[in-house]
Amino acid sequence: MSGTILISVYVFVLAMFVGFEVITKVPPTLHTPLMSGSNAISGISIVGALVIAGMGEGTMFDIIGLVAVIAATINVVGGFMVTDRMLQMFRRDTDTN
Amino acid sequence: METRVLTMQLAYLLSAVLFILGLKRLSHPDTARGGNRLAAIGMLIAVVATLVGEQIMTWQWIVGGLLVGMVIGGFMARFVKMTAMPQMVGLFNGLGGLASGLVAAAEYLRYTHGKVIEGGVAVSDIPLDGSISIMLGTLIGAVTLSGSLVAFGKLQGIVTEKAVKYPGQQFLNAILFLGILAVMAYLTLMTPEAIAASNTGTVNIVYYSLWGAAILLGVLLVIPIGGADMPVVVSLLNSYSGLAASAAGFVLNNNVLIISGALVGASGLILTRIMCKAMNRSLANVIFGSFGETTGGGPVAKGEKRTMADVNDVQADDVAMLLAYAKQVVIVPGYGLAVAQAQHKLRELCDNLESRGVSVKYVVHPVAGRMPGHMNVLLAEANVPYNQLYEPEDVNPDITNVDACLVVGANDVVNPAARDDPASDLYGMPIIEVDRAKHCVVMKRSLNPGFAGVDNELFYGRNTMMLFGDAADSIGRILEEVKQL
Repeated sequence: MSGTILISVYVFVLAMFVGFEVITKVPPTLHTPLMSGSNAISGISIVGALVIAGMGEGTMFDIIGLVAVIAATINVVGGFMVTDRMLQMFRRDTDTN
Repeated sequence: METRVLTMQLAYLLSAVLFILGLKRLSHPDTARGGNRLAAIGMLIAVVATLVGEQIMTWQWIVGGLLVGMVIGGFMARFVKMTAMPQMVGLFNGLGGLASGLVAAAEYLRYTHGKVIEGGVAVSDIPLDGSISIMLGTLIGAVTLSGSLVAFGKLQGIVTEKAVKYPGQQFLNAILFLGILAVMAYLTLMTPEAIAASNTGTVNIVYYSLWGAAILLGVLLVIPIGGADMPVVVSLLNSYSGLAASAAGFVLNNNVLIISGALVGASGLILTRIMCKAMNRSLANVIFGSFGETTGGGPVAKGEKRTMADVNDVQADDVAMLLAYAKQVVIVPGYGLAVAQAQHKLRELCDNLESRGVSVKYVVHPVAGRMPGHMNVLLAEANVPYNQLYEPEDVNPDITNVDACLVVGANDVVNPAARDDPASDLYGMPIIEVDRAKHCVVMKRSLNPGFAGVDNELFYGRNTMMLFGDAADSIGRILEEVKQL
């Protein structure tokens, strides 16, 4: 096993723990927004998709890259926007509407 | 390290930090909106850093893809109805999985194609662990894609919401999974020389069939899961979409992908655990053994057939009278509320009751609806403040003092069998004990069992009144009657 992959595994495991520690207790009100917001974050594959779409290695890779960029962008843009739209609706009864 | 690359890496680190801070804030009501924005800024930074830092050769596909994705994503986010949120979250999950899987696919194909171009000489060896990542990225990405699409289909009503079961199902899935592992091992263990020596087409066909098999696995894993279990599946797929991104990060050796993916993986698992706990079932039980098989959808377990004659069937004016003169009313919303889109009418009714001095509490079961927090979103859309929403354990201890419980389209989460009948599939699931209140009004389309396919003793209870019909119509009629009192 090469050193790079070992470091990647370290990063992955530690990041999982960070995730568990940071989120721990989620009130039911936020279950859906947390899901759709974190789902938008998982659209980070857009980074990889952009690289493929931009490497210019032939039609097959152009198509794969294009589809990946479209899918990831819908995921990211749609995910963050819809989460914001949802959170905008949430209010306490002390707030004036 | 080149300055350009160093800057890109530092920007990625900043993105990862923003994602962590964003998620932290997303789990508290007061800071959630800001948290979501922080995460969005983190994403923007990552995208810009990539475009600046990577050597981009062709721009047309990037620009085209970004534009198309932004228009579609923005349009969907802006115009989707809140009642359709579960399927949209499902769809977005699937697209994330697709993108991650395609990243893995491109790396693999680049590798096998490179061999041919270089005339059989191994120039850019993918080390063993690199191809393990590619195989895992492919598997998780494809399963997330097809599983999410089936979940989307179920929620949208394109695919049956019932659990699809057939003999030997789990055996078949196990065989398929083992087959996939074998193909993954075969492709991973192929040396660069072997790939160079073999026909690229053949190797690629093996790789494509891995995609096919993984897509099939995703479908087969989700079709046996019934509507009532959807919240668990949706949050599990959410977790998968994160893991798929992590796997893509391993493929590209990119830490921001690994970190972000792991964060999402963790948050999805936390939600999955909350959902499982709310149903008092293990994850394995949700995935492999769904409700409704043993009872066959009827009250067979009890050995007696109930009919309409056993039901206390009432009209809107009776309910209006009961609610208007009650001191404490508890509202229990369920999936039926979403189907009937009755949340606004319900809010109007509750406002009217409160103006008469009735104390109204909304009690939301964690697995009510089709995704985690489904009812909360609907009620928020109808402008119900979130601090008026209660959890079952907040009201159960004093529920005997409640004058009337109004059950709107909920079924399994108020089924007393979960508390009383060890033979029931639902047994052990924490419920809202509406049957112990002074009166209970159940609004329902018909006497059909819930999505779990289990009959509900509550409907035949002494304190129970059944109000049949579309929930929005019924609530509207109750509201008219209440106004006249």
